[in-house]
Amino acid sequence: MSGKYKTPMLDELEKGPWPSFVTEIKKAAKKSSMADDELGQLEKSYKTKRGYWKHGGIVGVLGYGGGVIGRYSSLPEEFPGIAQFHTVRINQTSGFFYTAKALKMICDIWDKYGSGLTNMHGSTGDLVLLGTTTENLEAIFAEYSSRGWDLGGSGSAMRTPSCCVGPGRCEWSCIDTLDITYALTQEFQDELHRPAFPYKFKIKTAGCAVDCVAAIARADLSIIGTWKGNIQIDQAEVKKYADSGMNINAEIIDMCPTECMSYDGKTLKINDVQCNRCMHCIAKMTKALRPGKEKGATLLVGSKAPIVVGSLLSWVIVPFIKVEAPYTELKTLIRSMIEWWDDTAKPRERIGEVLEIKGLRPFLEHIGVPPQPQQVKEPRKDPFFFWSESDFKK
Amino acid sequence: MALPKRQTDIGPPKYDQFIPPVIKKNYGKWKYHEVLSGGTMVHVAESGDKLYTVRVASPRILSTETIREICDMSEKYCDGYLRFTTRNNVEFLVSDQSKVDPLVAELKAKKYSVGGIGPRVSNVVHTQGWVHCHSACTDASGLVKAIMDDLYEYFTTKELPNKVRLAVACCVNMCGAVHCSDIAVVAVHRKVPTINHELVPKVCEIPTTVASCPTSAIRPNPKDKSVTINEDKCMYCGNCFTVCPPIDIHKPEEDGVAIVVGGKIGSLRTNPKFSKLAIPFFYNEPPRWPKVVAAIKNILEVYAKNARKHERVGEWIERIGWEDFFNLTGIEFTFQHIDDFTFARDTFRTSAAFKYSR
Repeated sequence: MSGKYKTPMLDELEKGPWPSFVTEIKKAAKKSSMADDELGQLEKSYKTKRGYWKHGGIVGVLGYGGGVIGRYSSLPEEFPGIAQFHTVRINQTSGFFYTAKALKMICDIWDKYGSGLTNMHGSTGDLVLLGTTTENLEAIFAEYSSRGWDLGGSGSAMRTPSCCVGPGRCEWSCIDTLDITYALTQEFQDELHRPAFPYKFKIKTAGCAVDCVAAIARADLSIIGTWKGNIQIDQAEVKKYADSGMNINAEIIDMCPTECMSYDGKTLKINDVQCNRCMHCIAKMTKALRPGKEKGATLLVGSKAPIVVGSLLSWVIVPFIKVEAPYTELKTLIRSMIEWWDDTAKPRERIGEVLEIKGLRPFLEHIGVPPQPQQVKEPRKDPFFFWSESDFKK
Repeated sequence: MALPKRQTDIGPPKYDQFIPPVIKKNYGKWKYHEVLSGGTMVHVAESGDKLYTVRVASPRILSTETIREICDMSEKYCDGYLRFTTRNNVEFLVSDQSKVDPLVAELKAKKYSVGGIGPRVSNVVHTQGWVHCHSACTDASGLVKAIMDDLYEYFTTKELPNKVRLAVACCVNMCGAVHCSDIAVVAVHRKVPTINHELVPKVCEIPTTVASCPTSAIRPNPKDKSVTINEDKCMYCGNCFTVCPPIDIHKPEEDGVAIVVGGKIGSLRTNPKFSKLAIPFFYNEPPRWPKVVAAIKNILEVYAKNARKHERVGEWIERIGWEDFFNLTGIEFTFQHIDDFTFARDTFRTSAAFKYSR
């Protein structure tokens, strides 16, 4: 099957030490004429400097409105193998943990029904299967779902939640990111599979402010683990860091953003009421310093990429909330947030954009969260502020 | 052959079926970790148990053949347990210390790239590009391959002042964390799209198309049952093309990429930051985009030479000032660098205290 096309430009990208995606496509093309036509079309793109994919076209599986993204070549006569080349999003496991046995099963089914190409993983988090036909979709869904694997989200829907490695392999995680993500994915199955929102809604959960899942930049709801109370200090380990050559004053004390630490060559002290829990000292002295004992999360809302009025980072809405199974308070809050957005947004408006237009007040009132200084960097500068009837009753 | 019975709304399988016994036993009870080399680390639990991680690069596009090979190695060295990182690296989760070195040796023999841990360049978060996306104006995978071939030693061994997170987005939709990366490439269009007035009435919903424009540049054109675009207002985002394909945004000879720098995600030391424009444009030069690769290497090495230990790219730039960033990197400052979009006025300088261009 393979070798139908000469690909001198792509062949250049098989040279060099970094793993080559071209080699991967060629490996798939040994078994799949779809992958071979993908290779042929891609070589043409490299020559002409443009893509040849058509957008959309509604395809999917019975009873779902998402999880499959229709993709068609705009050159179907030239590359018949990719006339249809749809994406199937398989909902990944929390923290992207797999066993060889599970992954081989996923590969066996995909080789039978698709191109043999994958993305491990897509930007939102799904295990992405790249390239199949409309005809095969029901069979693919039956094969995977009967083995316990479901489709992820697409379109104007709850998108597949994702998270960092959390308590699975990290000493800093203040919340059970893996379990929260699993629980929220199960809670919102209907919203995930049947798009009924104004636009997409993403949830990402990070165990601490290091934020290895980019929750603060890429999720409409960013759940970020944090703590209350004092950072736990092991002075003996502090001494070992000093003995092993760390310049504690230069690397830790002077880089603390709140200047709440001191070190006299013997004892490390932290004025915890001034600490903003940024994670620098803990990350650099992980044997000596650990987060405080009262664990919880900060909830932030609104981040997104630039389309269409500019990038947003998430804004603090709930400074601290306990998040423990079965997560009833968290689930209720999320439903309330989505309800306000759903009632307020125009089509294709993300929650962050609506918040910018409407202001935080109606949102905070709807979800029942009081105004707090933690929600802003500074109070307003201009004297143009609104009053509601409720403000006069005091 | 009859298909098995489908199930709906079951969600993903629960994660606890896929974690090795050492994680099950020490779940949430990790004490600390140590970076052992550019691609290996050990996590130590309160119980004293140890979990070794071996990280390798992946091009993100993986064939089932390669996934099976990775699975085979995980069965051989770590009872079949593995995971992927949020930056698309593969991690082997090894409980038996004696198997770490043989695994690394076999990985290297099979030409896998072991690295990406610690103050280095990790894998590049990137998008689909010409491989599979309708709105791509470059190829993300090709750029990543060309960039990482050149920065290879910063992935495997060489240390930097802090970690450096790279990203590539093949259009301004940015299906990756480009907008908050240390150094990133984003592909841009530069010309007003061409409207096929014959097709628009057949394919597109006019109100949706008008509403798709963030700068209100699109107006209905009742005469042609189509739309018109105000050229002065259009900033070539391509959002109209997504909802109405006959509005063609692609101009292969004028499309290309920009480089943005200084973003970060974590709250360590300083707040998360957006990336800002460093270089507004390079033409697409497949297959290896040599000018883009050279520009990224220049920025990375100027950072490596000048930043203090633990400073991320954005923190270093904020300490020395953007005007000095342009001095040190030799990058030309242009009209495109001065913001004229949503947040423009917050970026104009409001103090006479600044550094001169050298």
